[in-house]
Amino acid sequence: MSPLALSGTPLASGEAGVPVVPTAVDGVFSLLWLVVALPALGALVLLVGGRRTDRWGHLLGCAMPIGSFLLALVMFVQLLGRDHEDRQVAQTLWTWLDVGDYTVQMGLLFDPLSALFVLLITGVGSLIHIYSVGYMAHDDRRRRFFGYLNLFVTAMLVLVLADDYLAVFLGWEGVGLASYLLIGFWAHKDSAATAANKAFVVNRVGDLGMSLAVMLMVATFGTSSFVGVSAGMPETSEAVATVLGLLLLLAACGKSAQVPLQSWLLDAMEGPTPVSALIHAATMVTAGVYLVVRSNFVYELAPVAQTAVVIVGLVTLLVGAVIGCAKDDIKKALAGSTMSQIGYMMLAAGIGPAGYAFAIFHLLTHGFFKANMFLGAGSVMHATNDDVDMRHYGALRKAAPITFATFAFGYLAIIGFPGFSGFFSKDHIIEAAFGENWVYGVGALLGAGITAFYMTRVMLMTFFGERRWRPDVHPHESPAVMTTPLVVLAAGSLVGGVLILGDWIVEWLEPVVGPEEHHELFVPAIVLTGLIVLTVLAGVAVAWSRYGPSQTIADTAPTRVSAATRAARADLYGDALNEAVFMRPGQKLTAALVYVDDVLIDGTVNALAALVGGTSGTARRLQTGFVRSYALTMLGGALLAIAATLAVTLS
Amino acid sequence: MNTEHYLTLSALLFTIGATGVLVRRNAIVVFMSVELMLNATNLAFVSFSRAHGQLDGQVAAFFVMVVAAAEVVVGLAIIVAIFRSRRSASVDDASLLKY
Repeated sequence: MSPLALSGTPLASGEAGVPVVPTAVDGVFSLLWLVVALPALGALVLLVGGRRTDRWGHLLGCAMPIGSFLLALVMFVQLLGRDHEDRQVAQTLWTWLDVGDYTVQMGLLFDPLSALFVLLITGVGSLIHIYSVGYMAHDDRRRRFFGYLNLFVTAMLVLVLADDYLAVFLGWEGVGLASYLLIGFWAHKDSAATAANKAFVVNRVGDLGMSLAVMLMVATFGTSSFVGVSAGMPETSEAVATVLGLLLLLAACGKSAQVPLQSWLLDAMEGPTPVSALIHAATMVTAGVYLVVRSNFVYELAPVAQTAVVIVGLVTLLVGAVIGCAKDDIKKALAGSTMSQIGYMMLAAGIGPAGYAFAIFHLLTHGFFKANMFLGAGSVMHATNDDVDMRHYGALRKAAPITFATFAFGYLAIIGFPGFSGFFSKDHIIEAAFGENWVYGVGALLGAGITAFYMTRVMLMTFFGERRWRPDVHPHESPAVMTTPLVVLAAGSLVGGVLILGDWIVEWLEPVVGPEEHHELFVPAIVLTGLIVLTVLAGVAVAWSRYGPSQTIADTAPTRVSAATRAARADLYGDALNEAVFMRPGQKLTAALVYVDDVLIDGTVNALAALVGGTSGTARRLQTGFVRSYALTMLGGALLAIAATLAVTLS
Repeated sequence: MNTEHYLTLSALLFTIGATGVLVRRNAIVVFMSVELMLNATNLAFVSFSRAHGQLDGQVAAFFVMVVAAAEVVVGLAIIVAIFRSRRSASVDDASLLKY
């Protein structure tokens, strides 16, 4: 056991999470590497090929994720046909690192969890690629945009397919890079450049947690592979498990914009809308949830870390929802909503075996309906000359009927309208939360009510009420290349709930997260469902009474508002807090260090230099240039030498 | 024959030469003083050679003469060149190579 292993008694193996025990790839699975390689090839060709690929670049960019999707679909079907215990296949590609006793294999792991993620990433990703063909049609850097999108898909696939935390970290950083490049895609706008930097810096904080976690794994287990860590966890102490869990949670907070590292997501909306849909709603920001669920073998042994995950999720789901209520920028309202929904997933993931499957379920349905709504918002912006202020919308349902209809599907799904996908996934999470602790349950229920309020507000301000269009805006429906993905995603928002039929997803994920532990509720589930629907209806009713068609909506945001509204508009002072706690003290510290550097270190060096300079300045005065004085010196020297010789000889 | 007399003469000549080098400003005179010092040493070489019955000292004297002849060529050329450009033969005027 390494010296880092902290003291404490090992836990009984019965409480441990599910170890990862994959079998080698065979048949169609031996093409697993191709799933990652296709978009990687696309990114390479588009980014290295330069302008000569401009004409057909977007088509290649779309073809690559579609190819990956089809391949993944075949593998998924193959996996469906296998037995439960046979559903984890691993492919070792090459030896990545080989340092003495420490080797890291570059390998891919295709199991029920990563299969769902690969399908989500390549499926929704492909739709968003297709949508972008229309959305970015007038941007002369469209080919580069597709290059970055393919780069993102590659990195995200590495993240979810890797079988080693170190390789996950590679994908983790890759998606961070792609996110940075795409948020700052219109870097000529100062706000976009700043937002990209902010996202990058805040993510660094989370990445620190990830790298420390990997180091701790290598120090404790001598490996960071899923197989090694999951096998070693039961023998290790609870303290190590807790530290690991908290470090992984820090990483998850950064990538998934959870409190306290939530501040970057709202600014990230500066990127093109398809980016917001793909990266900042459907896939990348859910990586934190993936990490927590994947590390179930860590969290099962660390109850403290699990509670921390739940609290982070609970706080974020409320904070995000409150922020979403106060935003007039349609994308920022949706971004607040994304934070909130990921909060739900974290909450479920933190609950443990009772919630893992539902976290992933909600993640999938959210991937559909939120991508749908973001692309819908993009379509609305397309219609209104890129105006994002909902106070300038109104009555758009007639001008953009397909956008309206598809957005409505996403809306009904997110508020949890019975029958839509979000209804099932959110219902199960709230139920699991009540089963764990009534405080979690009430928080999640409250969140559902606020969600209904702000999403109804978005819906009413955008598509209903009076026309508040700017004079030069002539709204129109988007082209078919944009509306087709919307229709597909809307269908997904509607029928996504089928995944839960007969508890399919719960059984499907069993090889990864273990069987679901069902907690008995104090009331029958149907009563709770009724309660949730009532809460949602109350939220809708409040929004209707304030933003309904009969209400006039001010052209600019009212300034005489309550303190709560002001706080929500300021993102609940998240930025102010960061500034006060980290930025200003950091600047003071820097200033102090610069002062020390100037005075102490530079002072010492400069003083030494001045001393040498001054001394030599005086000494060089001896060189007068007069030959006769040199001759006298020589004579004096010679006489001295002779005198010394004589003194020695005669003595 | 008494070697001491020759050596005394040699020492006297050397001292006169050294004093001349130190106190005179005219480059030509300084130069002549240097020649005087060289010849004083030559005299000492030859005297010792004679006293010890060896030829080494005489050989050394020849070397000094040859070197002195070469030195005269170079030194006078320098003095003439300086005089041409600066219109002065004073060694104190040629003091540009300094701090």
